[in-house]
Amino acid sequence: MSESTNLKEVLESKLPGVALAWSEFRSQQRVRVPALQIAQALRALRDAGMDQIVDITAVDMLEYPGATDRFEVVYLLLDTQSGQRLTVKTHLNEPDLKLPSAYPIWIGADWLEREVYDMFGIVFEGHPNFKRLLLPDAFESFPLRKDYPVKGRGERHNFPIITRAES
Amino acid sequence: MATQINKQLGDNVFLTSIDAAASWARANSLWPMPFATACCGIELMSTAASKHDLSRFGSEVMRFTPRQCDLMIVAGRVVMKMIPVLQRIWLQMPEPKWCISMGACACTGGVFDTYAVVQGIDRFLPVDIYIPGCPPRPEQLIKAIMDLQEKIKKTGTYNAREFKLRILPDGPSRFDQDELVRIRERNGFQLEEPKYDPIH
Amino acid sequence: MPLDLIESPDLDAGYREGLWTLNFGPQHPATHTTLRLVLKLDGEMVVEADPDIGFLHSGFEKLAEVLDYNQYVTIVDRMNYISPMANEIAWHHAVEGLLGIELTPRCKYIRTIFAELMRIHDHLLCTGTCVLDLGGATAFMYAFNEREKIYEICERASGQRFHTSYTRVGGLLYDVTDDWVAMVRDFCKTFPRAYRDFAGLVMKNRIFVERTRDVGVLSKADAIAGGATGPVARASGVERDLRRDEPYLAYNDLDFDVCCAQGGDCYSRFQVRMMEMVESLKIIEQAIENLPSGPVFISGTGKEGLPDKTEVYRSIEGLIHHFENIMPNRQMPSPKESYYGATESPNGELGYYIVSDGDFKAYRARTRPPSVLHFSLFNRMIRGCMLSDVAAVLGSINIIAAELDR
Repeated sequence: MSESTNLKEVLESKLPGVALAWSEFRSQQRVRVPALQIAQALRALRDAGMDQIVDITAVDMLEYPGATDRFEVVYLLLDTQSGQRLTVKTHLNEPDLKLPSAYPIWIGADWLEREVYDMFGIVFEGHPNFKRLLLPDAFESFPLRKDYPVKGRGERHNFPIITRAES
Repeated sequence: MATQINKQLGDNVFLTSIDAAASWARANSLWPMPFATACCGIELMSTAASKHDLSRFGSEVMRFTPRQCDLMIVAGRVVMKMIPVLQRIWLQMPEPKWCISMGACACTGGVFDTYAVVQGIDRFLPVDIYIPGCPPRPEQLIKAIMDLQEKIKKTGTYNAREFKLRILPDGPSRFDQDELVRIRERNGFQLEEPKYDPIH
Repeated sequence: MPLDLIESPDLDAGYREGLWTLNFGPQHPATHTTLRLVLKLDGEMVVEADPDIGFLHSGFEKLAEVLDYNQYVTIVDRMNYISPMANEIAWHHAVEGLLGIELTPRCKYIRTIFAELMRIHDHLLCTGTCVLDLGGATAFMYAFNEREKIYEICERASGQRFHTSYTRVGGLLYDVTDDWVAMVRDFCKTFPRAYRDFAGLVMKNRIFVERTRDVGVLSKADAIAGGATGPVARASGVERDLRRDEPYLAYNDLDFDVCCAQGGDCYSRFQVRMMEMVESLKIIEQAIENLPSGPVFISGTGKEGLPDKTEVYRSIEGLIHHFENIMPNRQMPSPKESYYGATESPNGELGYYIVSDGDFKAYRARTRPPSVLHFSLFNRMIRGCMLSDVAAVLGSINIIAAELDR
């Protein structure tokens, strides 16, 4: 186990003049980065030793009390040498739901980004094979958005019926 | 002469209808196609494995190609992306064929009342036996297969006439689907009429 | 044609057009459940694999937003269905981390025992079916014999043999009984012999070894950058195990080794799983002998833990306590925060990222599934292998469709 790096210093030296909001909850370190600088920040963190992308996900803040932005995209990073973790958050608003892809930085981002697109409709630019991951291509909604009902809009009933006599 | 034949053959010859003979043969040599999608598939595996040993009931020859099977066991939830695959596999199976819907999810959607899960495969496919449980115990699956064997012996016919009578869909009627109707009314959401070309 | 030549950009386009496409799945015995691969083949060699998943996407994460922290445990059970209780433990580990709950020692030990039983449960099925896919049915039968014993242990504790729904926020549904302890002890006694039989059948079986050695190699660099965890990463030489690196439950008190291999091929992954079963048994033996006494729920009067069932049925105080904990909008409040809690599930790092808006219900609960990241590396493992190796590689990375698609 090597010593953990001071990521705060690393990010502040790599992104001078950018407003970074650091916070901590139950000893989990979080940082909020503006969407414009996210690629730069992720690259700087990778170079500082965060060699694994644990997860990429998003949260629809539509019904969250006191939220000002619509979507929050969350990157969970890990340094496999020291075991240090960092949560990077960035915020997005409609209609500009675009972020640079993290695939060139970590190959693990591949399907995670496709899943975020599938569920929330956030586009990652520069991804080599960008399409829906889980839902059929013909599906039009983004189901994990808060304005999409749990039971769907009737898509699950829209299939042909086979009776016993005709099969 | 007749007594002579009787003496020679004894109990080795008996008379029955061809329907009964065919059904008896079919019932005792079911070849299941495990359409195992989720948790119930693991219970299906344990049914076939060492402790519960499905082969005691003449149906251990699991085939993964639909062309060689006559019993489809749908084990696990079936979702939007999967139901066309399921229907296609069903249509590829040769007659006569039967379907067991194993577990709460395959029968009704179970705990997954969500946008993606089909609320019971019987809405889109004919089902012969339903097994409740989440997941059903292996004993329940064995009982279902024995029940199906009973059913085949009782109702089976040589040229599968019994199937020709079932012209209505097995599941709830398409237009009873409370939820679908409500959604249509509220949202003005238009569902496409299914375009369907059966693949045989 | 060698693989490094195929990847070169100045290769003539005619070669790529000459490749033929094979559809593999979604209904195929080696996919175990449901996934589809579109393979590009040069003769019998796989040049490229394009996995297509989502055939079991059932909206788990949407359900997490309507069910409360205790109710959702029935859904996570169904996520990785070959080790159901490992999911429950992971989910409530994350929830308790968010709420800041410290468990009682007895609860910690019981959960640890179950987590390790589930690891054996998972690895038995994974290795057993891997061998089955490669043509050996006997090992599968041996594996299921032992799995049935674990099912019985689960059934004794919770009442359900498969989807136990046994954990609750701050504790467990019921305390375990003495005969449960006896069953676990009995399992510890009989398992080594069954393990020897199983390992003897497979580990040095020449057909199995030749079909898995140097097949589906995942390099250490790819494993780290690709987010591989658990046995898949450890087989590639990544020495990381959350039980040791971020100890949770009772793992700090127990003595065990982290099993690693260097090869990164299917056989190494198989070996790691086999070794982990031995370590798990070691943990169970230690934990069952040192099982502390005391309550399984945290402090009986606050809003944190559910009251004992007999108390609920027999006394008005118990009933009120139960009511206060169960009714929506009377439950325990949670901090308006986000929290990521991860455990080492049999398949790798299984984490939950929970965003809470103050209710006893997640505003958003994201699952970090190990299978997705492992399967996204599949293309890197399979390139250059033969078509028949697809079954070996799929078996060795242990893809669970429900966890993959959620």
